[in-house]
Amino acid sequence: MSNVFVLTEHRRGQIRDITFEMLTKGRELAEKLNGKLTALILGNNIKAQAKTLTEHAEEVLLIENPQLENFNSDAYQQVLSNLIQQFKPYLTLIGHTSYGVELAPRLSVSLKLPLATDCIGLKLENDQLTITRQVFGGKVNVDATFNEAEGYIATVRQAAFPQEETEVKGEIKEIPSPLLKEGERKRWIEYRLPPPGEVDITASDILVGVGRGIKDEGELPAIEELAKVLRGVLACSRPIVDKGWLPNDRQVGSSGKTVKPKLYIALGISGAFQHILGMKESDLIIAVNKDPNAPIFSAADYGIVDDLFKIVPALKQKISEMKA
Amino acid sequence: MDIIVCVKHVPETAEAELKIAADGKTMESIGLVFDVNEWDDYALEEAVQIKERLGGTVTAITVGSDAADSTLRKCLARGANHSIRITDSKIENSDGYAVAKILHSAIMNLPYDIVFTGAQAGDDGYSIVGPALAELLDVPHATMVKKIQIDGSSVKVNRELEGGLEEVLEVKLPALLTIQTGINEPRYVSIMGIRKAMKKEIKILALSDINLDEEEVGESGSWIKVEKMYLPPVEKQAELLKGSPEEVSAKIAEILKAQGLI
Repeated sequence: MSNVFVLTEHRRGQIRDITFEMLTKGRELAEKLNGKLTALILGNNIKAQAKTLTEHAEEVLLIENPQLENFNSDAYQQVLSNLIQQFKPYLTLIGHTSYGVELAPRLSVSLKLPLATDCIGLKLENDQLTITRQVFGGKVNVDATFNEAEGYIATVRQAAFPQEETEVKGEIKEIPSPLLKEGERKRWIEYRLPPPGEVDITASDILVGVGRGIKDEGELPAIEELAKVLRGVLACSRPIVDKGWLPNDRQVGSSGKTVKPKLYIALGISGAFQHILGMKESDLIIAVNKDPNAPIFSAADYGIVDDLFKIVPALKQKISEMKA
Repeated sequence: MDIIVCVKHVPETAEAELKIAADGKTMESIGLVFDVNEWDDYALEEAVQIKERLGGTVTAITVGSDAADSTLRKCLARGANHSIRITDSKIENSDGYAVAKILHSAIMNLPYDIVFTGAQAGDDGYSIVGPALAELLDVPHATMVKKIQIDGSSVKVNRELEGGLEEVLEVKLPALLTIQTGINEPRYVSIMGIRKAMKKEIKILALSDINLDEEEVGESGSWIKVEKMYLPPVEKQAELLKGSPEEVSAKIAEILKAQGLI
């Protein structure tokens, strides 16, 4: 009852970063609970990955089955339900990712265990677990507690916690898969890669990113001109791709590209964490936004609180003058 | 094809200044503009497009106070045939799980081939209602859907993964799909369209009408309980450049030049 489970997230043979972030946080919580940290890994032919996990958790539960070759939430739900019912961990951590979002709510309903999603904080004080999550697009934080139950489940935001090295030498325990015949309701077919675009924004030293601050497609050429004067390339946040104003290979963020240019200018981008995740490693970040409380100003080196349409022409002119 | 679309009436907060209410647990809603949740907008459009192609009906359903009627009116104006609002004073402070139970009790007796929800709500951002509702309805589901192909008794969907990657799944009908933004182009509704929709019926249901106990909703029926709401602590803050557009532009140009970027 005092153990912490971490579900390993992996795709195409690679363990994803969120796993190690959760293991770091999970270890801290397990120590407070005087419990054990257990990494769960479900897949097919994944012994090597399980071995890697022994450097991060005392115990690694390995469940292999051909049906677990690619992520399928139905198969995962069956296996996890069995494991959680058998071992009764105090807390199970799952990534708040495309996989975790597909899996966790359903699993929680079926097990009747409460779930908190998209956690950026998990704190144990006097046997009380408090989670922190964000609402209203990251503008407000919420501390919340679980309604009491036998165990709890939380999905964890990517990059919310650091990864730390440990001296742990864990053991692998193989658990037979409870899966019988293949599920019929939901079948994984294939991965689909976006077609390569004309521009590779990850190759550019200078990126000018635009977001919701532009209200019309006709406003894009002015921004593109600024990018040109800077010898940079136009990039954007999600809403611009959703509206069909730029192709998705221009999108910076967790569902788009991760970029590390020498200069990133964010224009009218509020700074949802998904976007920040894709550009925070840029050498120099300059943000222009009308809202002084926009989260983008926490990621930027320099900020201007103003209308981007006043700044863009003035900046373009100054840079042209300087180059002349 | 009969489709039920679950929609939520949410405040637009991207450009609004937000204030925490005096209780320290909720948001001050005065001055905020409410509209259809962005993800639900795409879900409704997808449903209406499928109806226009294959026939059938679209029903928009929401959980909320009478203020949410404007969101249902918009759905009706965009092509929904029916609308339902479940309301009760006990519903306040419900999390995604409690809302899923309410929707389940209302939907379980309705005919449907597909239930749509948005992939998340722009206010509380739980991403719970869709898959939790699917479990309660005992139908298969897929989340963060970017493309749908209906193929007789099943659907092929593209799910959005990280880094631009997608995966294709085949899901048997009836099913629940949560819709990601960008899947289509939601149509424009004219004021005239909304006016016409004013004449259509919004069916109002209370908890007693859907046979759900009070304990199943609100704080007691939720998974989590909000203890405190606060503005995120500022860990790092950009150096703010002040002055006229010309002045700040000159400052930026100097910074770029000093770093060898011009």
